[in-house]
Amino acid sequence: MGTILAAEATNGSTSRTLTITLFLVFVAITLAITVWASRQTKTATDFYAGGRQFSGFQNGMAIGGDYMSAASFLGIAGLIALYGYDGFLYSIGFLVAWLVALLLVAEFLRNSGRYTMADVLAFRMRQRPVRTAASVSTIVVSIFYLIAQMVGAGALVSLLLGIKPGATFLGMDADTAKVATIILVGALMIIYVTVGGMKGTTYVQIVKAFMLMGGALIMVVMVLAHYKFNLSALLGDAADQSGKGSAFLEPGLRYGVETAGDAAKTFYSKMDLLSLGLALVLGTAGLPHILTRFYTVPTSRIARKSVLWAIGIIGTFYLFTLALGFGAAALVGGANITAQDKAGNTAAPQLAQQLGIDYLGGDTGGSIMLAVIAAVAFATILAVVAGLTLASSSSLAHDFYASVIKRGTASERDEVRVARISALLIGAVAIALSIFAQSLNVAFLVALAFAVAASANLPAILYSLFWRRFNTAGALWSIYGGLGAAVILVFFSPVVSGSATAMFPDQDWQWFPLSNPGIISIPLGFFFGWLGTVLSKETDPEKYAELEVRSLTGHGAH
Amino acid sequence: MPASAERYLEVQNSDEFTRLRHRLRSFIFPTTVAFIVWYSLYVLLSAYARDFMSIKLIGNINVALIFGLLQFVSTFVIAWYYSRYAAQKLDPLADDLYKELENGEKVAGTTADGSAH
Repeated sequence: MGTILAAEATNGSTSRTLTITLFLVFVAITLAITVWASRQTKTATDFYAGGRQFSGFQNGMAIGGDYMSAASFLGIAGLIALYGYDGFLYSIGFLVAWLVALLLVAEFLRNSGRYTMADVLAFRMRQRPVRTAASVSTIVVSIFYLIAQMVGAGALVSLLLGIKPGATFLGMDADTAKVATIILVGALMIIYVTVGGMKGTTYVQIVKAFMLMGGALIMVVMVLAHYKFNLSALLGDAADQSGKGSAFLEPGLRYGVETAGDAAKTFYSKMDLLSLGLALVLGTAGLPHILTRFYTVPTSRIARKSVLWAIGIIGTFYLFTLALGFGAAALVGGANITAQDKAGNTAAPQLAQQLGIDYLGGDTGGSIMLAVIAAVAFATILAVVAGLTLASSSSLAHDFYASVIKRGTASERDEVRVARISALLIGAVAIALSIFAQSLNVAFLVALAFAVAASANLPAILYSLFWRRFNTAGALWSIYGGLGAAVILVFFSPVVSGSATAMFPDQDWQWFPLSNPGIISIPLGFFFGWLGTVLSKETDPEKYAELEVRSLTGHGAH
Repeated sequence: MPASAERYLEVQNSDEFTRLRHRLRSFIFPTTVAFIVWYSLYVLLSAYARDFMSIKLIGNINVALIFGLLQFVSTFVIAWYYSRYAAQKLDPLADDLYKELENGEKVAGTTADGSAH
């Protein structure tokens, strides 16, 4: 077992060359698709919504591609490998969340909106303030998510390419390679989005989803075959090798940790688990880059089908990560994983290498499998950041530029030109922030993005669709109120200051006890939306009639 | 093309649309409450009923794992059942209303002069 990744010393260059080759092949194929897609992109509908011509299966795969981030693939496999059951618990929230999207959001959004989340929120409201608010929360959520992904990419590159401290790669040391990776990932996502628009980005997601599912499936079959398809034997071995015994198969190692003799700490830890669960389940249907996916299909029925496909694909994927995580614990061992990366992010690549050694034969086999999975991981990151950049630049151009600044007088051409410039701008900001943030612990940013999406966006979307009385003031209160509550609570939480693992461990302005604000900020978002509504006299029954009839029947849908 | 404001109000107040809304809401709202309660129960048990969750059922497979897998099963079943319900109970009604709106026909359940009840 001790040979894991130590084989880098002799075989590192083979694996590294192969990883880079495979990654370049992915980049070449996706760039070719992007250029092809750009020739098909003529109208604003092409750019924002991929021409609305994708099938349910294609969009389902693309939703999977957008959703199964490196945080899911490497992060959850790593969590399971190190903390066992609690990693699995984490993944379940990400899946159940899709029922909210299926039952309450996807079809109605598709029927009544056009390109962005704000199309639905502003439908029966005063356009400029609501679109401004929606644009702000779209960009905040997307930037948090983007930074987390890009910093993750930077941190992974040295691990996946096996650049040791002190060693160099193409003349770069580990720190330079991190910065170079962030810039490369950022540059590629800007190209995908500005050149290929939604059409190009969607195909990138589809290719990535196939690669990710294929790579994971191969590893799962190898892991299960190792245990002769006996799940209980795999679990038993994982528990033994983890060094934590049967506790490894039970909840409590990571979330809701019980601290003997400290009732308050135990209580807050359990509250944090509930808060996280709530944010995961209610956040997904408020993520702007997920919502814009529903516009890429011709009708709401196909939007429904694409969510059904997505649920199937994402569910299968999380079942795969269960086998991968326990497989890594059993076959690689907790000590070897933490020796490579304390957070466990390299558990899946390390498992791939071990499986390669076992099945393909020797160090060469290990290098091949490591290279394949490392390339899949890079492809995963690249596709997710492209989706995020597209959603935020669409909102900046369609909501802020066309409706707020130009008051609806911008031509279609003009709007798409601004969307491309926005993608460049948002990409550049994300690159700069990620380089600045790379030494900070930003793992919590994904959870924060979900909390903001659940607290600010979801209440506004649900009230808009289902509550006749809802009005401009309510929309503004719920978006700014939910957003403000989530961000302020996190700012004063132990993830930002006042603890050893905080973003600023040497500072202490912490007073909010939970790492995840959801359990407070989500109800606050709904409460503010209600309060803002009843405090304002504005009401427009005619526009609500139009919204309700159109959202349920598909009449007048774009 | 979208219809006029009066037309949408008229359709919104028609019996047929009221039936569609009722069928939709009486499915999606209770189901949402149900799966959120079911998921919360799972998370609460994970937080507070650890002895129960750690009972081993078959080999190393314990209650917690089965409970987690049941969340997958329930998600798949609800998704499948909703798509069936929607195809049988919602889509035909929505299609009728769509056609009536498109052709400018009178919607069932409106009064004779075309205004809503």
